[in-house]
Amino acid sequence: MIIRKPADIKPSEITSKDAYLNRRSFMQGGLAASGTILSGSALSAVVPQDRRGKLTGIRESEYSTSEAPNSYDDITTYNNYYEFGTGKADPYRYSQEFEPHPWTIEVSGDAEKTGSFHLEDFVKPHTLEERIYRLRCVEAWSMIVPWVGIPLADVLKQFQPLASAKYVQFETLVDKGRMPGQRSRVLRWPYVEGLTIAEAMNPLPILAVGLYGEVLPNQNGAPIRLVVPWKYGFKSIKGIVKIKFTSRRPRTSWETSAPHEYGFYANVNPEVSHPRWSQARERRIGSGSGGFSSIFSNTKQETLKFNGYGEQVAHLYDGLNLRKNF
Amino acid sequence: MDHNRRIGFILKPFVFVLCLVPFAILVARVVNNDLGANPIEAMQDHFGEWGLRFILMMLAVTPLRKLTGRVWIARFRRMLGLFAFFYVAVHFIIWLWLDRELRLADIIEDIFERPFITIGMAALTLLIAMALTSTAAIRRRLGKAWQRLHNSIYLVGVLAVWHYWWQVKKDITEPLVYAIILSVLLGYRMWLRWQTSKTKQAS
Ligand code: HEM
Repeated sequence: MIIRKPADIKPSEITSKDAYLNRRSFMQGGLAASGTILSGSALSAVVPQDRRGKLTGIRESEYSTSEAPNSYDDITTYNNYYEFGTGKADPYRYSQEFEPHPWTIEVSGDAEKTGSFHLEDFVKPHTLEERIYRLRCVEAWSMIVPWVGIPLADVLKQFQPLASAKYVQFETLVDKGRMPGQRSRVLRWPYVEGLTIAEAMNPLPILAVGLYGEVLPNQNGAPIRLVVPWKYGFKSIKGIVKIKFTSRRPRTSWETSAPHEYGFYANVNPEVSHPRWSQARERRIGSGSGGFSSIFSNTKQETLKFNGYGEQVAHLYDGLNLRKNF
Repeated sequence: MDHNRRIGFILKPFVFVLCLVPFAILVARVVNNDLGANPIEAMQDHFGEWGLRFILMMLAVTPLRKLTGRVWIARFRRMLGLFAFFYVAVHFIIWLWLDRELRLADIIEDIFERPFITIGMAALTLLIAMALTSTAAIRRRLGKAWQRLHNSIYLVGVLAVWHYWWQVKKDITEPLVYAIILSVLLGYRMWLRWQTSKTKQAS
């Protein structure tokens, strides 16, 4: 396989096995040269210790919310990742055996530079940032998640997209053996997501490789996933193996599967209901799991347009009818 | 003790307690804080699923009675029906109180604009009518009308599965399993009817 570096791509450059293995252990050490395994018992036992490398050299970000993050347990045991099953606990249950290394990402389409890259090379040129973001699921629940990642725009710029690149398409790994949920045809595989180039170049989206200062757990999309905080969670595709610059709007998975319920844009919008439920309010996960009485005091909260990120992204949709383009 | 009393004094209380087990399990999970990250959804799903299971159990009474020849099984139908009503009612109350948070406008909007809720409400309304008329005295007073009303349990079964089917996001495996069970139960009745009409014609 030809593995290129994003910085200077020569087709002749082939990674030797040694360098490759080196990189691998480097990744397992958690992208950090030190490779310290966290004394992370403070967090949880949900993810086995040997999969929990601490990340270092993480910068803070002005885009982080000051709201208190959800617990590591909530974030790692309650989410959707249909590649591992359709229940909310399935990703946690059925992703434990998943081995996300080695991992390559194929960049293709309308850009000056394209090719296959080791995850490590992909990430290395960038400084890791912690982004504490609100996450709003289309199912009307939400969390606060302390992601660690790299700005998507910085990554994409390196490939020098052409003027014809109007959209960026992402694809998740297809591997029935390792992703048991793919044995069911509940969605069409691979999972496909996409953004307009303007959305992708906004400073908010990141490619996340970590959570709570550690490597990203399998159930949350290891080793690398997208996070687009002003859109419903299903836009934030996990386990990315392909990125493609394209002039045509990607046919995304949920839109393909139920076009009257899920759109390409999928911006969080309290004014536009899902056909089967209202999006006006949301339940913040976690605030109700502190025992009996807290269940009854866990009231819902108002959903904010663009999930509260309107200041950064509303201008992207000037003149667009958000009711039609839901 | 004779046969009748054995059923009345031993089996009935035993089944009654058994029917409360799903409720007890949920209470235990609440107390142990074992409902996962979204306890309200977990509670609502638990009661909805048990409501549906009790409806199906009730529909299974007649086929079981016919197949085993044990007439006393029919004496559990009312209890199963009232438990179906109980679990669905809690399912509904959780929705009203913890999900919709008693906001009248939201509640009305959902009932009229979300088909899966509309269907659930129809099923619940029928269950309420049946629960209110479930005593022997009312049954005698209503005569034929009572039977007609209580035959709508078949309809409730269909509505309940339909409601489940429509509320899932994508994976219809579980509602499909319930739909198959329901079809077998309803199919058996249709077959019985066809058999009796055949024998009637023959005689
Ligand atoms: C015969 C009556 C009913 C039965 C048997 C029933 C049963 C069920 C079942 C089995 C589920 C799926 C649970 C799961 O996902 O595991 C469900 C979901 C649901 N039901 Fe019902 N239901 C009934 C009536 C109602 C009524 C009257 C309402 C409200 C007006 C209602 C509101 C809901 C809602 C909101 C959900 C989705 C909960 C979620 O988000 O998981 N149901 N119901």
